[in-house]
Amino acid sequence: MKRLLPVIIIVVVLLIMLGGGALLMRTPQPESARPALSTATPTQRVVPRDNQPVHFKGRLDAPVQLEEFGDYQCPPCGIFHPIAQRVLAQYGDRLRFSFRNFPLPKIHKFAAEAARAAEAAGQQGKFWEMHDLLYEQQQEWSKGEAARPFFLKYAQQLGLDVNRFTQDIDGAVAGMRVAQDDNLAQARGVTGTPTLFLNGREVPFEQMMDYDKLHVAIEAALAGKS
Amino acid sequence: MLDVLAALLSLVGLADAVYLTVEHLTGRSVRCTAIAGCSEVLSSSYATIGPVPLAALGALAYFTVFSLATLAAFGYAAARKLLVALVAGMCAMSLWLLFVQAFIIRHFCQYCLLSLAVTLSLTAIVIIGRMLQRAVRNR
Repeated sequence: MKRLLPVIIIVVVLLIMLGGGALLMRTPQPESARPALSTATPTQRVVPRDNQPVHFKGRLDAPVQLEEFGDYQCPPCGIFHPIAQRVLAQYGDRLRFSFRNFPLPKIHKFAAEAARAAEAAGQQGKFWEMHDLLYEQQQEWSKGEAARPFFLKYAQQLGLDVNRFTQDIDGAVAGMRVAQDDNLAQARGVTGTPTLFLNGREVPFEQMMDYDKLHVAIEAALAGKS
Repeated sequence: MLDVLAALLSLVGLADAVYLTVEHLTGRSVRCTAIAGCSEVLSSSYATIGPVPLAALGALAYFTVFSLATLAAFGYAAARKLLVALVAGMCAMSLWLLFVQAFIIRHFCQYCLLSLAVTLSLTAIVIIGRMLQRAVRNR
């Protein structure tokens, strides 16, 4: 028996390791430091519906409301962008997709500037065009020493008044808009990007990053409304 | 006694590595967080060797350390020799990864630093064990 004991201990630890790993795989989302509201599972947050997003696509009062908190320099946000576009193409006016800035300047040095660039373009009516460009060209502008020349180039491509755009990037309005979104993110307990809310409920990360899984969640939300 | 300590310590490293492996496999490892540079480190090209996440290799290494230390604690001398070689390799790898975090990626991931602390502690235990062994032999 004594000869077998170390083998038994090793096998038990192996089983615990595999079981623990499998359990972790099933956990939808790292637990939030903030307490969840009563109707939410411990790993999901429910937030009040916000009917006044500044930037949205689709129909304002659509039955399904998606809200992304994003950082233009965050690689997974760039990966999520085509997924969001696919969702928008498929559902059109059956949903509302809104975007909120949540730049993480500690780890992405151009994130705050990029958020202001999108807002500055928004002041000339081209928020979504700049939004798309920033995500699509993320690799181009986020790697160098300065991102501003790229933002100016994009402004030019979009036919914006570049002088005004240059002023607006550093202007109070863009800064205030980003700060407002940032405050909202903090209030909702958003800690990372991208974070997606579906009808006020946070979508688990692995679900939002997989179109098929997100599609299922949206269909369920639509079915619940009909 | 030192073998038991090494086995217990390796469990800490094992839990850490399993957690990181799961994060990697579920895609959560690439998520940016506001509190640390984990996403930068774990989504970098240094986090995988081919298709295999480095964390999975770490989990395998810690599990092997646990197995060898347990066998050594039960008197299997050969296991101790293998343990020394393995821990030396892990120590070298951890120091390389610390270098990568500090000078190449320029971000630190707290889980990787925990793993480094565990490996360095294991190295210290193995060295102390070897010294004690020699002292006993020289008596």
